[in-house]
Amino acid sequence: MSGATLSALPAAPPRRLGHAGFWLATAVAALLLILALRGLGSEYAYFAATFVLQYVVLATAWNILGGYAGYVNFGAAAFFAAGAYTTVAIGKALGLGLLPCIGFAAVVGGALGLGTGVLTLRLRGAYFAIATLCLAVVLQTLVVNWSYVGGSRGAYVLRPREVPFGFDSYSGFLCAVLVVLAAASVAVARTIEKSRLGLGLAALRDDEAAAEAAGVPTLRLKLVATTISGAMMAVAGAPLPYLGSYVEPNSAFGLAYAVNAIAMPLIGGTASWAGPLIGAVLLASLQQAATVTISSAANLLIVGGVLVVFVCVAPHGIIGLFRGRR
Amino acid sequence: MDPDLALLLNGIVSGLLLGGLYAAAAAGLSVSFGMLDVVNIAHPAFMVLGALLVALLWSATGLDPLLLSLLLTPAFWLLGAAVYGVYHYFFERRGDEAIQGLAFFFGVMFLIEVGLVLAVGPEQHFADAAYAATTWRLGEIDLPLRMLVPAAVALAAIGGLALFLRRSFTGRAIAAVAQDREALRLLAINPVRIKRLAFGISVALAALAGGALVVVQPVDAWSGHVFIGRVFAIVIMGGLASLGGCVLAALAFGVVENVTATFYGPSWSPAVAFGCLLLVLAIRPQGLFGRAA
Repeated sequence: MSGATLSALPAAPPRRLGHAGFWLATAVAALLLILALRGLGSEYAYFAATFVLQYVVLATAWNILGGYAGYVNFGAAAFFAAGAYTTVAIGKALGLGLLPCIGFAAVVGGALGLGTGVLTLRLRGAYFAIATLCLAVVLQTLVVNWSYVGGSRGAYVLRPREVPFGFDSYSGFLCAVLVVLAAASVAVARTIEKSRLGLGLAALRDDEAAAEAAGVPTLRLKLVATTISGAMMAVAGAPLPYLGSYVEPNSAFGLAYAVNAIAMPLIGGTASWAGPLIGAVLLASLQQAATVTISSAANLLIVGGVLVVFVCVAPHGIIGLFRGRR
Repeated sequence: MDPDLALLLNGIVSGLLLGGLYAAAAAGLSVSFGMLDVVNIAHPAFMVLGALLVALLWSATGLDPLLLSLLLTPAFWLLGAAVYGVYHYFFERRGDEAIQGLAFFFGVMFLIEVGLVLAVGPEQHFADAAYAATTWRLGEIDLPLRMLVPAAVALAAIGGLALFLRRSFTGRAIAAVAQDREALRLLAINPVRIKRLAFGISVALAALAGGALVVVQPVDAWSGHVFIGRVFAIVIMGGLASLGGCVLAALAFGVVENVTATFYGPSWSPAVAFGCLLLVLAIRPQGLFGRAA
């Protein structure tokens, strides 16, 4: 019934890149980026690129629920840290490397997203946002009290000695993994945006009651979006323990992740896959530059200031500025 | 008395006192979030701003911290009115308040916190009241004045606010704007002016709560974070727009947190309290003391 109604929605404009074409294009872009970074070959370049790319994944994931469906998730840090701690726990329990841990992180994050969604998405408005805030506190308490993953002392995760796939260093391998993850998440976001799921989410973002009345299965779509978004945010966090070789609850659940996950899509523009990408690259590079040249407290001040100015004067983000005011 | 029972009684009593502090922190939010429908997640940040200002003024003058926070309330009222002015101009007027407005307050919270770190440093600040070291004893039960006095002042302020909302014309207009803002226009009251006034009151309450907070515990720039979840939990459990429900929920929250901390260790108490909120959201979204929508 609902499927039939959905297919009656107007088709997207005919001249555009198909899903396969877009995936191919992102794969080529990812390959070029990996080769370019390999050419640069400096450890700091790898670190800075990894830092920026993990925010690309996080912001893109947040935008699937926050931008397409209009439900604000303040708990991005909770999902991110869930991914990081999945890596720690699975790595310790089964002795697996990074790549299988990313898969486990996706499962854990998806389950977490689905659970939160089932509990709160029947409500509208700010309740979901507040429940995600609580989720972050509850999860952090659990991790702090879970001594197997180090509790509040934190956990060390040693990088393997041998570097896989002929990379020049483990940082290079980590950076390449994040390039692939970022490219895949952008492609997933674009696929969702142009699919029936994306159209349904846009309909319920604009007017949930009207969408419901028109036969859009709003609850189901919201749950699907929360699950995908949660899984991708956990994937963004999964490489974190390897990035610094150490992870502890206060930094993994840090407010910087929650703020950035919201600020980046809003600054770039929430309606399209390119928005979070632009916002994440700009803002994360700016922060990396500010951390190196000024101080790390100042870089958070910059994020806050840019966020406030942008939501005030450019409500549709950078993309909105270029498309002209509606 | 049986030592376990005495421990439980003490846990409940100090939980009630802690609840008084939570009530102070949540009452302002009950006005802004519950009545005005402005999701001000920067509210605890305003509270911490008040607390740190009180601590600075205390070390300069040596006056009583609660008195200082009372003196700060007019300045915070102006600050709140100004913030609401910006919020209304950029978001409410355009109908963008859902996501953009939330992000705006998120950014404001961040600016306050990082600004405080840069201005007064990341270390903890405190203000000692003259009575802070005194403890009254009723049999087996301890009543530390450093908890009792802030709780009493907070409850008195909330009582005064409730009386103002019930009795005065402006107060009833604030209660009315929560229910139907368009109807206010028919009575020739400007709803924006009323909301600006009420938002100012909510931020002024945050200053008072900050004074109470800095008497109870040392405060640093990030102390607001643990309160974000708590105050929203309390306001929702209290049924949004009801000050009485908010006070009852705050007391219940304080008791649950404190009894958990007493018997299972303080590191578990946030999880229990927020677990309660998740349950309330899942089972009774209109709050424990609210009416069904």
